[in-house]
Amino acid sequence: MSGDLPSAARIISIAEENTRVKTFVLDAETQAQPGQFAMVWLPGVDEKPFSLVDDHPLTFTIARVGLFTRQVHALHVGDRLWWRGPFGRGFEIRETDGVHLLIGGGYGAAPLVFLARRLRAAGQRVVAIIGAKTKTELLLETRFAAMGCTVIVATEDGSAGVRGLATDVAWNVAQQETVAAVYACGPEGMLSAVELLCTGRHLPGQVSREGYMRCGLGVCGSCHYGPWLVCRDGPVFATNSE
Amino acid sequence: MRTTSPDLRVDLCRVRLPNPLVLASGILGTSAQLLERVARCGAGAVTTKSCGPVPRTGHPNPTVIDWGHGLINAVGLPNPGVEAEVEIIAVARELLAPLGVPLIASIFADTVAGFAAVAERISAARPDLIEINISCPNVAAELGRPFALDAVSAAQVTAAVRAATELPIIVKLSPNVTDIVAIARAVEGAGADAIAAINTLGPGMVIDVESGRPILANRVGGVSGPAIRPIAVRCVYDICTAVNVPVVGIGGVSCGRDAVEMLMAGATAVGVGSAVYRGGPEVFGRIRDELAEWMSAHGYTSLSDFRGIAHER
Repeated sequence: MSGDLPSAARIISIAEENTRVKTFVLDAETQAQPGQFAMVWLPGVDEKPFSLVDDHPLTFTIARVGLFTRQVHALHVGDRLWWRGPFGRGFEIRETDGVHLLIGGGYGAAPLVFLARRLRAAGQRVVAIIGAKTKTELLLETRFAAMGCTVIVATEDGSAGVRGLATDVAWNVAQQETVAAVYACGPEGMLSAVELLCTGRHLPGQVSREGYMRCGLGVCGSCHYGPWLVCRDGPVFATNSE
Repeated sequence: MRTTSPDLRVDLCRVRLPNPLVLASGILGTSAQLLERVARCGAGAVTTKSCGPVPRTGHPNPTVIDWGHGLINAVGLPNPGVEAEVEIIAVARELLAPLGVPLIASIFADTVAGFAAVAERISAARPDLIEINISCPNVAAELGRPFALDAVSAAQVTAAVRAATELPIIVKLSPNVTDIVAIARAVEGAGADAIAAINTLGPGMVIDVESGRPILANRVGGVSGPAIRPIAVRCVYDICTAVNVPVVGIGGVSCGRDAVEMLMAGATAVGVGSAVYRGGPEVFGRIRDELAEWMSAHGYTSLSDFRGIAHER
C-alpha cells in the first residue's frame, strides 16, 4: 500500500487560453466531482492546489501568477507533472427543471467548465455568465459555447460583452428565467454578491472558495474559513451554510 | 436491563475534561472557531497549533503526505507568533467555556529563554494548560536539535517555563531517543505537571521514485498515524512505570479500542491527531462513543477501573 503519494503524468497537450493562462491535459484519469481539486507538484519547486477542469483525461487550467506557475508554464508536451487527489467537496448536481446558472469570475471559470460538461451530458440547460475585468482576462468562454451552453460575457470595462459585473447580469437572468440552481467560482467579493442573489431570489446556490492550502488533507488547518476547512469541507460550500 | 452510561470524565492537572480525548497539537488548532468545532465534535480538550516567539511561515509544500500506513509531515511550525496567538486563545476560551472543554496552549521556541518568554506571554491569555513542544522533528535546520533529545536540555526548558507561569505545564516528548524514560524523569524533576508522549516518529523520508526526489520539500518529516501506535503505547507504558505525573498518550489512536489500549498502558488522557485525516473532526465523537460502548460492554463505570491494568501482570 503506497497511500496517496503523488503520481507522475505526462502532458499530452497544452492550450493557451489567454496571455496568462494555459490548459494542460495529462495522460492520466481519475473519478471526480466538478469543483474538486488536486495537489499539483513539480519536484524541487512546489505543490499547489488546482481545480479539475476534467477528470478523463485529467485536465488543469493554470494561470501564471508566481514562481510555481511560471515553471509549470515553461513545461512542454511530453514533460511530466505530478498530482494527488481528487480532494474536497465539489458541486452537487441536482437535475431539475429550469436553467442551471453558472457564474465564473476571472480564473473561477475553470471548475465551471467541468461542471457545465456534466450538466450538459445530463441534458440540462446551462446559462454561463463569464466575467472578467477586461477582454484579455476572459477565460474559457468559448468552451462553454462549444458545449451548447448559453454564454453571457461581462467585462468591468465593457471591452467585451456586457459592461458590468457578472453578478449584475445574473440578477437579470434570474428575473427572466426559471433558475434551478446557482453555481459560482471567483473572487470573494463576487461570491458575496452571489450569496445575496441566492438569498434575495430564494435560489439554491453553491460557491467554490479559495483557501490558503498546505496539506490538502484536512489536518493542518491552514485553509480555515470560520469553523470550516476549505480543503475538506469545501472548496464548494452551499450558500446557506454560513 | 438498563445500564448507566460510563463516566468518561477525567482530571488532568486539576483541570476537568469531559472525556479523555485531546486534540493533539499541530492538527486543526489554527483558529478559535476550528477549536470550538472540534470541541463540539466531541473532544475532551483541544490544543492550539504550537506558537513561537515570532511569526513563522513554515516549510514549502509538499508538507503532509499519506504514505500508506499513516502520514508523514514537515509543516514546519507555521504560526502567527505569540502576540497574535494571545488573541486567538482569548476568543477560543470564550467559545469553549460554555462547552466545558479546556484549552491547551502549545508553545515552542529556539532557546530556553525563548520558551520562558512565550510561556509568560501566553499565560496572560489564561489557557487552562500549557504544552511545551520540545520535540518537533522537522525544524532542526532552523531551530536546532530538539530539546527533547537530551535529558539536560529538556529539563532546562521545563524549569524555565515552570518559573515563568503558574499554569500547569505538559511537556511533549520525542520517541526519537534511546531512553525516553530518562527524559521523562528529568522533566518531572524539573517541574512538569504532566507529560505528553509521543510526538511524531523519525524523522522519516519518502522518495518519489519517478523523479528520484524526497517528496516533502523539507526532505524529512515526522511519521504519525496507525503505524506508530505500538511504539507510542510502549513509550507511554514505560513512562508510566517511571513517573508519578499524568501522561497524555498520543500516537496513532483512531478508534475506541486504540484509546482503551492507551489507557491500559497508563495514560490519563489520550491524544488524537492523524485520525482526523480519515475521520474528520467528527472522529472525536466516534472514538468517545466507541470508548463508552466498550466500557459498558465490559462492565466498567469509570476510566480508573482499567487505567494502567497492563502493568498489573
